[in-house]
Amino acid sequence: MTTVEADPVQTGQAVVSLDSVSKQYGSGSNALLALDKVSLTVRKGEFVCLLGASGCGKSTLLSLIAGLDRISAGTLDIGGRHVSLMFQEAALFPWLSVSGNVELPMRLRGVARAERKQRAGELLEIVRLKDFGGKRPHELSGGMRQRVALARALAQNADILLMDEPFGALDAMTRDILHDELERIWREQELTVVFVTHNVREAVRLGDRVILLSSRPGRVIEDFPITHERPRRIDSPEVAGQAAEITDRLRAEVARHAN
Amino acid sequence: MPIKYPSARAGLEGVTGSLPAPVEKPDAAKDRITGLDALELGGKSEKGSLGRRVWRSAWPKLLAIAIVMLAWQIVVWAEWKPVYVLPGPATVFEDLGTLIKTGDFWDGVRVTMLRAVTGFGLAVLIGTIVGAAVSRFTPLRAAIGSLITGLQTMPSIMWFPLAILLFQLSESAILFVVVIGAAPSVANGLISGIDYVPRTWLRVGQVLGMTGFAKYRHLILPASLPSFISGLKQGWAFSWRSLMAGELLVIVPGALSIGVRMQQARDLSESSLVISFIIVVLVIGILIDVLFNAADNALRKRWGLTGS
Repeated sequence: MTTVEADPVQTGQAVVSLDSVSKQYGSGSNALLALDKVSLTVRKGEFVCLLGASGCGKSTLLSLIAGLDRISAGTLDIGGRHVSLMFQEAALFPWLSVSGNVELPMRLRGVARAERKQRAGELLEIVRLKDFGGKRPHELSGGMRQRVALARALAQNADILLMDEPFGALDAMTRDILHDELERIWREQELTVVFVTHNVREAVRLGDRVILLSSRPGRVIEDFPITHERPRRIDSPEVAGQAAEITDRLRAEVARHAN
Repeated sequence: MPIKYPSARAGLEGVTGSLPAPVEKPDAAKDRITGLDALELGGKSEKGSLGRRVWRSAWPKLLAIAIVMLAWQIVVWAEWKPVYVLPGPATVFEDLGTLIKTGDFWDGVRVTMLRAVTGFGLAVLIGTIVGAAVSRFTPLRAAIGSLITGLQTMPSIMWFPLAILLFQLSESAILFVVVIGAAPSVANGLISGIDYVPRTWLRVGQVLGMTGFAKYRHLILPASLPSFISGLKQGWAFSWRSLMAGELLVIVPGALSIGVRMQQARDLSESSLVISFIIVVLVIGILIDVLFNAADNALRKRWGLTGS
């Protein structure tokens, strides 16, 4: 259900297309339908937020797009593009320095040492951690580790960045500042982002579109274009107003599961 | 961390007037995040001076030694056994002092340590190969996974009759038992390390496209290192025990090891010397344990597993 009329960035090229994608776990009477005929399109340079209550299959959807899991039915097309995925935990490797973690994707691709050192420096500069390359992950705060994870994801040179509640474990102040940072990096690096969250304001704060999913099974309920001018603030009246509208839809969806 | 002077900078911009007036200073966002980082990293506590730290970790050990010495001395004073059978600490430490000044003693230590290092080295090699193979191939795992744990619980002294039949009274008999005692611990350490690689790390490996050898090289092996080290530590303890049993049972002609010298002291009813050798074996065991702990602590500190 892509709202063709309202979308401000419709002109971009589609980088992710899902057409009636279903995902079922198990089989027979134990079968669990996680996603039911989900169709959506993400265009180049777009920032799309996937929003839903528990059990809406948000994370499943990301795993499918990332190719970590197979779809059960429908078609999913990312045109052979490279995908990178970030989680709620930074999951940095403690045996590597901060810089070593950022270099790892390049090491796996066989990038020469000097080049990957230089690139890691640039990426750490982008996430504003250039003085921390020699530190160990545990010496950084949670917010800093998440930025290192972002730098590592960028080091994959992926066309599409998938983020699975990346700021879910951070305190409100840190999250607020990281929203600014992510927005800046998205704009400067011309990224395409699919961002999963259950925080409505976060979705409205960040997204060009907020796609609301139903729970058990996950279906697209509505696709909200967010047209407020950037940079936005999470506590601005516009963001709060739109968030309230979406929250009402989400509440109605949650109430549906009462019986 | 570089100190920033946002106000001074803003003042400069005002003077030159080259920049358009933004809603917010261009560095404001940067300052915010750098400031946040500084706040979150701040307040690391001091550990105190080196002397204090050494004293803090040393005094419980010294106290423990003092208690043991006192208990020992009390038993001697109580005349539970005649002093020539159970001499007091003063006599024993005097004899020990004389003993460690002799070249013969150090030759014995050299023979024993050479065996220990060889046996342990072999055990590590074999344990690592077996552990890696077992965790890599599922059928192997089902077949010999539990066998390894069974071997670990086997008292090493049970192997000596077989070892002597297989290798006669030779170095090989001792090495055989040392290796069979230590290798299962090493293998088990590696296997459980590989089994318990955190799921989130495995997912990151998947996202980064790690497969086959690269996955082992960059993820599985480094991630299993802490468990492997504790396997090594346990393996060492088993090999040291097996070795001491071996040296008392398998007397190889010409090799005057610590165990042989201890047996000789017993044959001559020199209790003081027997206890001295016990202390020597204990001290060597403790020293090696300290080395393993140092390696373990260094790793934990580097990885941030110390809880602070």
